[in-house]
Amino acid sequence: MTETAGTSGAVAPNGPGAATLLAAGIGAAVLGVAALAGDAFAGIAHVLTVSRATGPLSGVTDVAILAWLVSWSVLARRWAHRDVPLGRIIRITAALFALGLLLTFPPFMDLLQGK
Amino acid sequence: MEISVRDAVTVLHGMIFGAALLLALSGIAVAVYATSAAGSPWSPTRAQRRALTLALALAALLAWVTVLLGAYAVYPWYRAHAPAGTLDLSGFPQRLLLSDPRTAGWHDLGMEWKEHIAWFAPLSLTAAASLFARYGTELRALRALRNALLGLIGLAFASACVAGFFGAMLNKHAPVRGGATIVIMHGGSHD
Repeated sequence: MTETAGTSGAVAPNGPGAATLLAAGIGAAVLGVAALAGDAFAGIAHVLTVSRATGPLSGVTDVAILAWLVSWSVLARRWAHRDVPLGRIIRITAALFALGLLLTFPPFMDLLQGK
Repeated sequence: MEISVRDAVTVLHGMIFGAALLLALSGIAVAVYATSAAGSPWSPTRAQRRALTLALALAALLAWVTVLLGAYAVYPWYRAHAPAGTLDLSGFPQRLLLSDPRTAGWHDLGMEWKEHIAWFAPLSLTAAASLFARYGTELRALRALRNALLGLIGLAFASACVAGFFGAMLNKHAPVRGGATIVIMHGGSHD
């Protein structure tokens, strides 16, 4: 899929939209990786405990939000006035979301850790 | 008629904010599709488009408020550690669930999944709101982007459903209660 409507000149370039999508996917994947890391390693769980009351979940979500916002800001600036191969970006975004969802699903987390 | 502060905050988190989010999302999804589908006869006015953009932004805000309230107010009460030797675990929901193999799964699967999947809702809704604000009815010409936007709204809805379902079930098996008592109404005795 190479939908790049901006080339027609009729609508805005798809770059900013692609940046929004990809950054959300990155945030979702980082959430999954951080959740798994915190669950598997006590040392990482300790580092991720930003709020003692909430526990490692506080750091897991902080890291994911940070990754999401930083990547959004960088990508949005880079792709502000460009058309990008949207189909490929959407497929990558879907894969990142799937990774995030899988890594936060407890039975899959346990499977990866051999529990 | 009384309710504890922890009960009230849990109700606010799940039954009010969470339920309102699900309700809003179902309407928003239909409206976004109707205004952005290619060949749709509905061409929204500028005011209608602004209202829909605002509705999406408010839904995203509601999702953030819901997860933040859950993670930083309700969850700490849920996961509180009982002092050694505590026999009555009713004030420590996580410990109460884990103390019985028949209820442990509600924590091991339910809360462990809920505490993470809930965050997919604000994340994807913020992205969806941003996409709609930027492209609006131009999405008619950007089918892939429109489908991705609807996918984000669908993901937010599904995430909120999973979180809401387990939240309700967890609160049935091990309610988050305690704190000061709020008197809602003074009732008389009825024999």
